Amino acid sequence: MLLSYFICSILIGSFLFINRNKSLNYILIVAFVILQSGFTVYSCFQYNQTELLYFTFDSLGIIMLVTASLITIPAAYHSFVYIETSVEKTNKSRAVYFGALVFLITAVSGAYLANHIAVVWFFTEITTLSASALIYHHRNKLALEGTWKYIFICAISITLVFIGILFLSLSNYGNEDLSFKSLLEHVKSMNYEWLRMAFLFIFTGFTAKLGLFPMFTAGVDAKDKAPGPAAGLLSSIIMAMGFTAIFRTYILVVNSPIASWANTVIGIAALISIFISTVYMIKVKNIKRMMAYSSVEHMGIVMLGIAAGGIGYYASILHIVLHSLVKSSLFFQYNQLYEVYKTKNIYQIGNYFKYNPTGAIVILLAFISVTAMPPSGLFVSEFLIFRSLFESNNMLVLIVVLVLLSFIIWSFAKNVFKMLFIPVVEFDESQVKPINPMRSLSQFILLATAAYLGLNPPAIFVDLINSSISVLPH
Amino acid sequence: MIDVILLIFLMSLFYLSIANRLATYIKVLSVQGILLFIVAFYELKDINLLNLIFILLETIVFKAVAVPLFLKQVLERNKITREAEPYVPNFVSLLITTAIIVITIIISNNMEDVHLDKMFFVVALSTLFCGLYLIASRRKIITHVMGYVLIENGVFVLSLAVGSEMPMLVNLGIMLDIFASVLLLGVFLNKIGDVFKDVDVSNLTNLKDD
Repeated sequence: MLLSYFICSILIGSFLFINRNKSLNYILIVAFVILQSGFTVYSCFQYNQTELLYFTFDSLGIIMLVTASLITIPAAYHSFVYIETSVEKTNKSRAVYFGALVFLITAVSGAYLANHIAVVWFFTEITTLSASALIYHHRNKLALEGTWKYIFICAISITLVFIGILFLSLSNYGNEDLSFKSLLEHVKSMNYEWLRMAFLFIFTGFTAKLGLFPMFTAGVDAKDKAPGPAAGLLSSIIMAMGFTAIFRTYILVVNSPIASWANTVIGIAALISIFISTVYMIKVKNIKRMMAYSSVEHMGIVMLGIAAGGIGYYASILHIVLHSLVKSSLFFQYNQLYEVYKTKNIYQIGNYFKYNPTGAIVILLAFISVTAMPPSGLFVSEFLIFRSLFESNNMLVLIVVLVLLSFIIWSFAKNVFKMLFIPVVEFDESQVKPINPMRSLSQFILLATAAYLGLNPPAIFVDLINSSISVLPH
Repeated sequence: MIDVILLIFLMSLFYLSIANRLATYIKVLSVQGILLFIVAFYELKDINLLNLIFILLETIVFKAVAVPLFLKQVLERNKITREAEPYVPNFVSLLITTAIIVITIIISNNMEDVHLDKMFFVVALSTLFCGLYLIASRRKIITHVMGYVLIENGVFVLSLAVGSEMPMLVNLGIMLDIFASVLLLGVFLNKIGDVFKDVDVSNLTNLKDD
């Protein structure tokens, strides 16, 4: 079934690329969404099976796959609305956009399920290619700049990951199998100096996808320039892919003597990321960049949970899932915001409640969710991460992070409340078209799912997360 | 014998750090391709013949001929001026390249491993960091691409070091080469040349946080 999933997706993507007929394109996209959902349902019944030698339906993969498929459905819908309401639509740009979308989601699904580090690497490269086609959608100067930066930094990062894989094979000399299971079995007999270098390079390389210091800059520019639904996907499922890759490498490292060194490295990178995102969020005036830096901050919090350990492992995976749902809903709402105001500048957006009350409620609820205030599900996961920092005797780190988060909440609140309530000067109301409130339905569903999963998670969800962290030392 | 070739490779890094004209960069990259061909031939003699032929072809055709030719064509098509415009004087570049190589030698001396020839490790890592330095210290976008090609050469040397045991990794590295260099950089470098008149990194600073 996995092979047929890949073949069908590649066929659908290729047909989307070469075919310029509008209705056929939409039929193909609907077919892909059905294929993706069907494949996800199938994979839930294949727990811990291995298919095609390199793909295992383990618990982490299933959690991420279900989240990604949940987000795919509104992403396809909002892409359809976006393409149809945009001014400069051509048949070619629509075809390229949807084709790249299909390839992106397929590659991400493959990366979640891969059990061999080289296969993860390969699918990450495919996501770079498809994401750059999405970012370049508008084909103007700024989009070109964003795409070039994204491609260049991701190419260097992929090369760094490859070097890490080479060092990993050196540390595991004599055993040719680089699948995660085999590496975990041999971790006691590895050469730890090479493992150190391997982890350093692999971690640095995948931070381009995860959105952490040092390679987060590509992602921020990319989310700024990509169309809203594409930016939502970049901000949710791609970051989850970076997390999955780093997490699977971390499982190896934490079962070896270099565990505390690795935790220090991850902790430093996470702390610097939160600090940088604080600085930029206070300064930034472009709403999409603000949301992009907020993603960087959340990834910093997730990696702090990983570095701290204990309950932090559980909380990090929970946080990634919830953050994907919430951040994508924000980006999906962004397109309606842009339709009303035709600008991304926060100073020129205001009194959103008047023009689109449903959308304004979405932004308000999403703000409460993203800043992790109760009753948002993210409150639970962030609270558990703070608890893990406290329990692992990192009080200073905890205090610094709490102070920085206060700054972030303040600047986020300042901007969001300005957008929602304070009318902007010199705004021409006659140009505003009424927006169908049904377009906000998907975001309500995503936010409600995030709250439900955080506050009252179903037992199967908890069990899946617990089994994916079972190999980590508690 | 291989050590001599790798030493010549290292010397080409020094030459690259003080080169003034873009055409010199291209010639050095081409020479590096030929050196890598010789190293690949010696190191991978024991693997499957078909694989060996593929790797040798890739080195000669791709690294020594195709990519330098393509870069030269980009230079002419976009009428890029001959100078590589560094941010720092060439002597400082030379000092930094020397420092990189010295630090790599010190790191490699700390790694006691019988499986990896130290020479390979030094050359690979120095090429990698010199490529990163080249990207950071030059103003033109085309030199960024050349720095990336240099990084690819360094990765190839490293993969040759482990390649006799795991030829799949060398193949993966070559695939990365072809993918990244041709599809991504080739397509977009021409687009950038079409859109921006002078191919300067300062043109790429419009995506700011203001």
